[in-house]
Amino acid sequence: MLEMSGRSDGDSGLAIDAVELRKAFGSTKAVDGISLAVPRGSVFGLLGPNGAGKTTCVRILTTLLRPDSGRARVAGFDVVEDPNEVRKRIGLVGQSASVDEILSGRQNLIMVGRLYGMPSGDAKKRADELLECLDLLEPGKKSVKTYSGGMRRRLDLAASLVVSPPILFPDEPTTGLDPNGRAATWEVISTMTKGGTTVLLTTQYMEEADRFAERVAVIDHGKVVAEGTPTELKARISNATLVIQIGDVLTEEAARNAIAPFAAGEPQRRGKELAAPLRDLGSIAEIVKALAAAGATLDQINIAKASMDDVFFELTGQPQKSHVEEGQTQ
Amino acid sequence: MSTITAAEEPFTGRRKGSLAKTFDEIRVIVWRNLFHIPRVPERLADVTVMPVMFVLLFGYVFGSAISLPGVEVGPEASAAYREFLIAGIFVQSMVFMSITTAVGVANDMREGVIDRFRSLPISRVSLLGGRVIATLVEGWLGITVMAICGLLVGWGAHNGFVETVAAFALLVGIAFAMICIGTFIGQLVKNSMTAQTIGFVVVFPLTFVSNAFVPTDNMPAFLKAFAEWNPVSAMVAAIRDLFGNGYVVPADAPWPL
Repeated sequence: MLEMSGRSDGDSGLAIDAVELRKAFGSTKAVDGISLAVPRGSVFGLLGPNGAGKTTCVRILTTLLRPDSGRARVAGFDVVEDPNEVRKRIGLVGQSASVDEILSGRQNLIMVGRLYGMPSGDAKKRADELLECLDLLEPGKKSVKTYSGGMRRRLDLAASLVVSPPILFPDEPTTGLDPNGRAATWEVISTMTKGGTTVLLTTQYMEEADRFAERVAVIDHGKVVAEGTPTELKARISNATLVIQIGDVLTEEAARNAIAPFAAGEPQRRGKELAAPLRDLGSIAEIVKALAAAGATLDQINIAKASMDDVFFELTGQPQKSHVEEGQTQ
Repeated sequence: MSTITAAEEPFTGRRKGSLAKTFDEIRVIVWRNLFHIPRVPERLADVTVMPVMFVLLFGYVFGSAISLPGVEVGPEASAAYREFLIAGIFVQSMVFMSITTAVGVANDMREGVIDRFRSLPISRVSLLGGRVIATLVEGWLGITVMAICGLLVGWGAHNGFVETVAAFALLVGIAFAMICIGTFIGQLVKNSMTAQTIGFVVVFPLTFVSNAFVPTDNMPAFLKAFAEWNPVSAMVAAIRDLFGNGYVVPADAPWPL
């Protein structure tokens, strides 16, 4: 392949082009050979459970971490060779709010603007615009220490929008936010994507990836375990889940035996239920018959259409956390 | 939401040479660090309150029982001791700035804002340079407070304008060196507790086993050797000499003095 210097995204049309990225911390392989190709102007979802390597991947792409091996070009510039050129073109919305705790919200935004080289007046004007847009005008005067978690995240988002970067990296932008905060963040991201910004959205929530992303890479243990459009991902695995209530007459073993010929994968025990992925609804009559023969009654059988959560579960072997569950445990 | 738009071309700001740009960045970082002071005034305690406490503690509590060679214990000896002491306190608080800087930098490294700075197209030099300069301003504030405190307890500069300016310049130079050392340690350990421990284990013996608080003449032989070769002693001796605080280099002193 011909080595090109300078910008080459005009040729490839890729905003993010990562090849075989690897990064280990001690013996933990945080990123273990991840390749990503994100076309310019598209929204790409990076989906995975906690500790899957999503944040490490984003930190490499945003020049905060050097990869152990592999190479990545962002906006046509190599993240290791030309970090400053990359930094001019990206906005990072960090998982932990990357803002100064002691300064006020407004001072934070002015500081970021000034560091981008804006004249003082422009930086102030831009800060006020963003504060107003993200509903932070009033708290903007106060020290960030006094902000709620949601307000910090909004300020962090504002800080990454000071210069309207062509590529935005929201790293779990809604984790830990209340429904209002989530809606506000989604609105901003949605506006950005309509304006043609390339977005690499990192998330633990299938719902979020499904909502924005044209393509999704599911990451687990530092590897891409599946990639495609949300629709493709859903189609690639079971279309429906058969859920059977285990009772006195219908034992787990009997149920397993009854559905074995029809299940698309190993049935999973979830509490008092046995859940089995189904590929095809055509065999539904036979399934019901087989279960009835094993002693099941009709109210013990349930068929649920595959949700994105099931996709996630099947691909990573980990149950998907939902916003609701998380809210309850907090 | 016209505020939020996508940019086709990167924002490059004003077209400037890289040196002017770095200078601008440093100014912003200095501004950021100095803005912290009114909001967290206790950060200044290390360079203002603490030295004054040391002056009072050594000058009046211990000083009442300390006499310099050739002076009888009494009120006169106490006044002479305070004259001797101030240069030591000056240097001590500048040297202590290495610890507070290391702790501050280590804390900074754990803050989320570092990710923000590092993802911006700014020079690495600006980030550290801005912090060093801001800390230097704090150090200068401390020197001013100490000088006033010294004048109040009877200390003075007796050698004329040039030497006095040279003494203050040397103090700023020491502060700069200590801030750089502290910045290095803070970046290295990335943990404020470790930075603090390293600081005290190294800096405490260096400042106390020196000529900062007492003359080295009557120390046990091995302590005397340590004190006389101690760089802190050399700094204190230079400051005392420039201020004209009656310091006489011992005849058998090794080269650092």
